[in-house]
Amino acid sequence: MTAKFDYAPAPESRDILDLAPSYGLFINGEFTDGSGTAFKTVNPATEEVLAEVAEANAADVDAAVKAARKAFRTWSRMPGTERAKYLFRIARIIQERSRELAVCESLDNGKPIKESRDVDVPIVAAHFFYHAGWADKLAYAVPGRPDPQPLGVAGQVIPWNFPLLMLAWKVAPALACGNTVVLKPAETTPLTALLFAEICQQADLPPGVVNIVTGAGTTGQAVVAHPDVDKVAFTGSTDVGKMIARAVAGTDKRVTLELGGKAANVVFDDAPLDQAVEGVVNGIFFNQGHVCCAGSRLLLQESVAEEFLARLKRRMGTLRVGDPLDKNTDIGAINSAEQLARITDLAATGEAEGAGRWSPECDLPSQGFWFPPTLFTNVSQAHRIAREEIFGPVLSVLTFRTPAEAVEKANNTPYGLSAGVWTDKGSRILWMAERLRAGVVWANTFNKFDPASPFGGYRESGYGREGGRHGLEGYLK
Amino acid sequence: MSRIDVRKTHKLFIGGAFPRSESGHSYPVHDAKGAFVANAALASRKDARDAVAAARKAFGGWAGRTAYNRGQVVYRIAEVMEDRKPQFVDAVTMSEGVGKAVAGRTVDAAIDRLVWYAGWADKYAQVVGGGNPVSGPFFNLSSPEPTGVVAVLAPQGSSLLGLVSVVAPVIVTGNTCVVAASADRPLPAVTVAEVLATSDVPGGVVNILTGSLDRTAPTLASHMDVNAVDLVGLAGDPQTAAALEEAAADNLKRVRRAPAAEPDWTQEPGLDSLTAFTETKTVWHPIGI
Repeated sequence: MTAKFDYAPAPESRDILDLAPSYGLFINGEFTDGSGTAFKTVNPATEEVLAEVAEANAADVDAAVKAARKAFRTWSRMPGTERAKYLFRIARIIQERSRELAVCESLDNGKPIKESRDVDVPIVAAHFFYHAGWADKLAYAVPGRPDPQPLGVAGQVIPWNFPLLMLAWKVAPALACGNTVVLKPAETTPLTALLFAEICQQADLPPGVVNIVTGAGTTGQAVVAHPDVDKVAFTGSTDVGKMIARAVAGTDKRVTLELGGKAANVVFDDAPLDQAVEGVVNGIFFNQGHVCCAGSRLLLQESVAEEFLARLKRRMGTLRVGDPLDKNTDIGAINSAEQLARITDLAATGEAEGAGRWSPECDLPSQGFWFPPTLFTNVSQAHRIAREEIFGPVLSVLTFRTPAEAVEKANNTPYGLSAGVWTDKGSRILWMAERLRAGVVWANTFNKFDPASPFGGYRESGYGREGGRHGLEGYLK
Repeated sequence: MSRIDVRKTHKLFIGGAFPRSESGHSYPVHDAKGAFVANAALASRKDARDAVAAARKAFGGWAGRTAYNRGQVVYRIAEVMEDRKPQFVDAVTMSEGVGKAVAGRTVDAAIDRLVWYAGWADKYAQVVGGGNPVSGPFFNLSSPEPTGVVAVLAPQGSSLLGLVSVVAPVIVTGNTCVVAASADRPLPAVTVAEVLATSDVPGGVVNILTGSLDRTAPTLASHMDVNAVDLVGLAGDPQTAAALEEAAADNLKRVRRAPAAEPDWTQEPGLDSLTAFTETKTVWHPIGI
């Protein structure tokens, strides 16, 4: 086992971020008090309270929807060229405040600063920049529909794993298409959404175009169920997605759902192994595995399984788990005590069901929520760790002999969000890509995201696409 | 003595075969004036499940055909229908209570609709898919793929043109389907089944159930191996449609909601009918040497 180099601590400074002790709701362009019970958001790496945040009750949500409805009249009629300029402004302000946003995201979410700084925030800015350019070109967005119209008020509920990025995925296309939004960030990660509210003010975005209501599940339900919401966009668990699909049954609400996954990452014996190891590590340990499209099932061709596992373990031994603000950190904190309990529980089930558990030597901080990078071998398709989304840094390893068996096993899941394939043979890549029932197939790469590239799942991973031309269709009629 | 007619038993169409209902039940079909015409098979919940199994079995092979070939197969349906036009005109006249001239135009429109959709088979992917210019050294391509097994509640009123208009887009994109035909006007659908059986459509790609929607529709909407459901057959029945949409959420089926009233099927459909039951798949690969 290769020893880790000792690196001196290299923490990113928090000075750039000036958090208020408490935050209100953002309704009609102003911060207002919530009518619910305010709650605290904590740094999952230290359990330190970062700020107190207002809780929106049904009346607050109603006020937000009314503000959005009122703003819709002018926003939807504004020439696309003008709407575009607001989005360009927002994109630029995000770039200007990028380090502040990255620090805030890492503090509130627990993800490593190198990810929030180099992945989340740059893609957030790119998302606004990309969609800004669509605002005055919507006549070209949907084939056969030369005069598409916005839907109205979009109610959007987003998760805690990529707080600001998910906001961008929801808000940018909605606004570009002429809709107005009421967005509910996740209970444990509201802060970057509230900084985004400030950015809307800085950009002089007309009041009511973006409204942000913080709270937990009941606030989200109020957004989804509000009769004057025309469109529901949700990213989160498959269970909640099903509840939403039931709640909107019989209404005229349009829905897009981006839900869970249990992606197979398939490695053939001719794959460039070191590259594949990097891809597998990125696939499951990126963002602590809090990724709906994480490559959580590794399918190894039998002939190369032993060697691959040895290399993978060696690589896992060099992963640095710790302070999210340290620039050398690879794996940060688990987002909440609740999520840590779920990961811990499912990992224990994996052991109880007979799979072999392995983690590298790893000193975890005593405060905060932490889970070491973990892999399970001898996993069968019936094991819970092979079927259920763990949403943590836990990899289940299965093997296969033939390409047909790989396809069979990869598709043996109710999910269908993403899949990976590693091989040097071009025709095999395309053969696999054709058969993998997933919305995104990464070949000889993994976990790549881009505003121009549609993202979304098959089957119980949800419906609709976000990003690219396809993503606009969810916000137009 | 005059010749005694040979009367026909109208059966279900499942997996390319014509079984009776496993329940042994049938129901009387009347013409538009209320006169008895024939007994048709009354599909049971089990028949619906059998049809889903047949559709699932056919899916891989059908989705794996080339788009060109699927277009040819759908065009072949039109050819065989054209050949049997008088039979369809009779069936539509009897079922829908229209005159021969109107029925003739309806049959023409149904055949033309199949030809229209056949032509889309190898074109719609170019229109709705394409390369995505991502900001990195990656090849990135989005293409539409079939959603899987689609349950189609066919229009209750337009028993032939409506039926063809909802089935053709589902199969031309590579899905397989289970169709619940118009309950009161099932005979054109039975005739379509006979056309399908004698054209080049592989068994199981289209399965047709006759009988009451009360029996089959809830089973199809809640079936965990059905990927999508078209509720157009419930036009004007928002309560049942909402209940089925709710049931469909159990495995997040794609749902095409029921309109307030049955659409005008003579209008040229849009691309929506094709894309409603497709999934966008996006494939990434690095570019390098």
